[in-house]
Amino acid sequence: MERFAIYVPRLLPQKEYFAPGHRACLGCGEALAVRLVCKALGRQVIVTNATGCIEIISSPLPYTSWRVPWIHSLFENTAATASGIEAGLKILTKKGKRAAKKVKVVAMAGDGGTSDIGLQALSGAWERGHDFLYLCFDNEAYMNTGIQRSSATPFGAFTTTSPAGKLSIGQTTWKKNMPAIAVAHDIPYVATACPSYPFDLIDKVNKAAAVTGPAYLHILSPCPTGWRYTPDLTIRLGRLAVETGIFPLYEVENGKYKLNFDFPRLRPVGDYLSLQGRFRHLPQEVIDQIQARVNAEYQKLKKKAA
Amino acid sequence: MEGSFAVAEAAKLADADVIAAYPITPQTHIVERLAELVANGELDAEYIPVESEHSAMSACIGASAVGARTFTATAGQGLELMHEVLYIASSLRLPVIMAVANRALSAPLSVWGDHSDVMAVRDCGWVQIFAENGQQAFDLTLCAFRIGEHPQVLFPVMVHLDGFHLSHVVEPMSLLEKSQVEKFLPPYTHPFALDPDKPVTMGAFAGPSLYMEAKKAQDAALRSAKEVILQAWQEFGKISGRYYRAVEHYRSEDARVLLLTMGSFSETAMVAVDELREQGEKIGLIRLRLWRPFPFEEICQAVGDAEVLVVLDRCLSFGAHNGPVCSEVRAALYPQEKKPKVVGFIGGLGGRDISVKEFQQMVTRGLERAEKEIKEEVEIIGVRE
Repeated sequence: MERFAIYVPRLLPQKEYFAPGHRACLGCGEALAVRLVCKALGRQVIVTNATGCIEIISSPLPYTSWRVPWIHSLFENTAATASGIEAGLKILTKKGKRAAKKVKVVAMAGDGGTSDIGLQALSGAWERGHDFLYLCFDNEAYMNTGIQRSSATPFGAFTTTSPAGKLSIGQTTWKKNMPAIAVAHDIPYVATACPSYPFDLIDKVNKAAAVTGPAYLHILSPCPTGWRYTPDLTIRLGRLAVETGIFPLYEVENGKYKLNFDFPRLRPVGDYLSLQGRFRHLPQEVIDQIQARVNAEYQKLKKKAA
Repeated sequence: MEGSFAVAEAAKLADADVIAAYPITPQTHIVERLAELVANGELDAEYIPVESEHSAMSACIGASAVGARTFTATAGQGLELMHEVLYIASSLRLPVIMAVANRALSAPLSVWGDHSDVMAVRDCGWVQIFAENGQQAFDLTLCAFRIGEHPQVLFPVMVHLDGFHLSHVVEPMSLLEKSQVEKFLPPYTHPFALDPDKPVTMGAFAGPSLYMEAKKAQDAALRSAKEVILQAWQEFGKISGRYYRAVEHYRSEDARVLLLTMGSFSETAMVAVDELREQGEKIGLIRLRLWRPFPFEEICQAVGDAEVLVVLDRCLSFGAHNGPVCSEVRAALYPQEKKPKVVGFIGGLGGRDISVKEFQQMVTRGLERAEKEIKEEVEIIGVRE
């Protein structure tokens, strides 16, 4: 990776639209992902943000990190707000009330805002086929309110509302498959990404932004505070999530699956789990159970992508 | 024309850009008509058939924030599902215009009219106006665009029309010409619309050191909107011949007893007043048109020298001292040196009518209660024991 340091400034847009000075935790994977996404999207966007970490860390009155037009209204209505923005721009352009300039509507939310409380609004917006890009920054729990479990929290993870105890291993349900739900809506573009793979992430943002109609990016965003690891491990954990097959990077274009990074042999899940305090309590048999599940899911995905 | 169609006609004449709506009885005829107008090309608008009222208001917020003239309609449970979103529209100063076909709240489920839905969103920071018939629903919807979008206002506006009593009743109506409306209603431009050329941050978060200041400013802005509201109605009167006031009077000049109503029941109350006047009673009626911002001065003036004020609420505020309108009016009058005794009644819940006779009974009973200073406060009219 070291040699990339020389070339990276030439490969990435230098302009920052998500300004530094925000209040994210040290090592925040989500803030990094947002920064990369904004670099890729450029200036001609309108962003609508759900309540959550990114909203809170980026907009404390009277400051803002947003150098692009940005609106936050509520937690669960981001996709609906995006629908209105898109419809508004469309009709105003049609009626000649604004210049016919292409502006991409971008919705951003966390995993709770996407797969729990915001799912209805998102499903509605997908079904109606609005032209917008929806980004889910998945840090696998309600981190902003203090690490409560969501439907995106992985099996076995400790959170404050799925604590490990004498009678519990922590989260007892498997992570909800949001990309599959997106695919089920027959939208033109769905992909998973991770800021540990910045060029892949940027490529996907560019591709998704170029789509006419709904596009969905599910971005795994490692969270040192909630996952209980030291902030220097953010990039490594994102890489391990991919290399273990826990969070494979893939695209679904018009229903067609493509695995972006395949590995002849996946690393054992223990490599990923053992670096995080949220899995510290897990006995070997639960780790084995997770390994079996990951293997099976990975094979299913490979079959779809074949 | 039906009240609902009149409202849709007003949105059409206003050339609304975006309509986002979810169907609910008794609002359905409004949005069906709008969808039809868009489908026929009679109204050049984006119609977003959202999956809930929560999303309806959220989509309106998005559309209004990019500078589109935005309209929606709802009722009852739909208004409650919108609840938290209503505060966003008013706090972000987005002039979404909404017709509410007032409906009771479940349980038991009732699709029929009363004001329970309105009262639950009383404090959401919207301008709220009541219509008493279909013509008014048309007029006031049109005025709502001018009021809400005025650069000194920039607040969302609710026009209340009683479910079924107004939404589904066919009346003769006088509409306006497109050219008249164009003169009355300037194009909508939001000074801080979302635009990549002039990026703004909308909907930031405020800590304890700023929140109160933001809210104080919002309250002051809503209060000062009254001036623009009255001005808009004055201008509207000039083109239509129909003038509106924050508090309307009916034979109230020398009245000893005054009835106070809001919404469609006012017309029945007028008949009751006429009959009692014929019998020599000094009785009159005042009708509250502007519910928010509350017209304190106008209420005090309207009450004049009356000795007893009988207030009808179409909402039961469970466990409260009285109905919300009665409580508000009484509070407004309290600091006045000379004030009438205020007696509250609750009635017309879940679509039940109040007859002329019942209005007259309310007057008799109200006088009795005022004279005897009866302490029991909540009295429901027209209910079986």
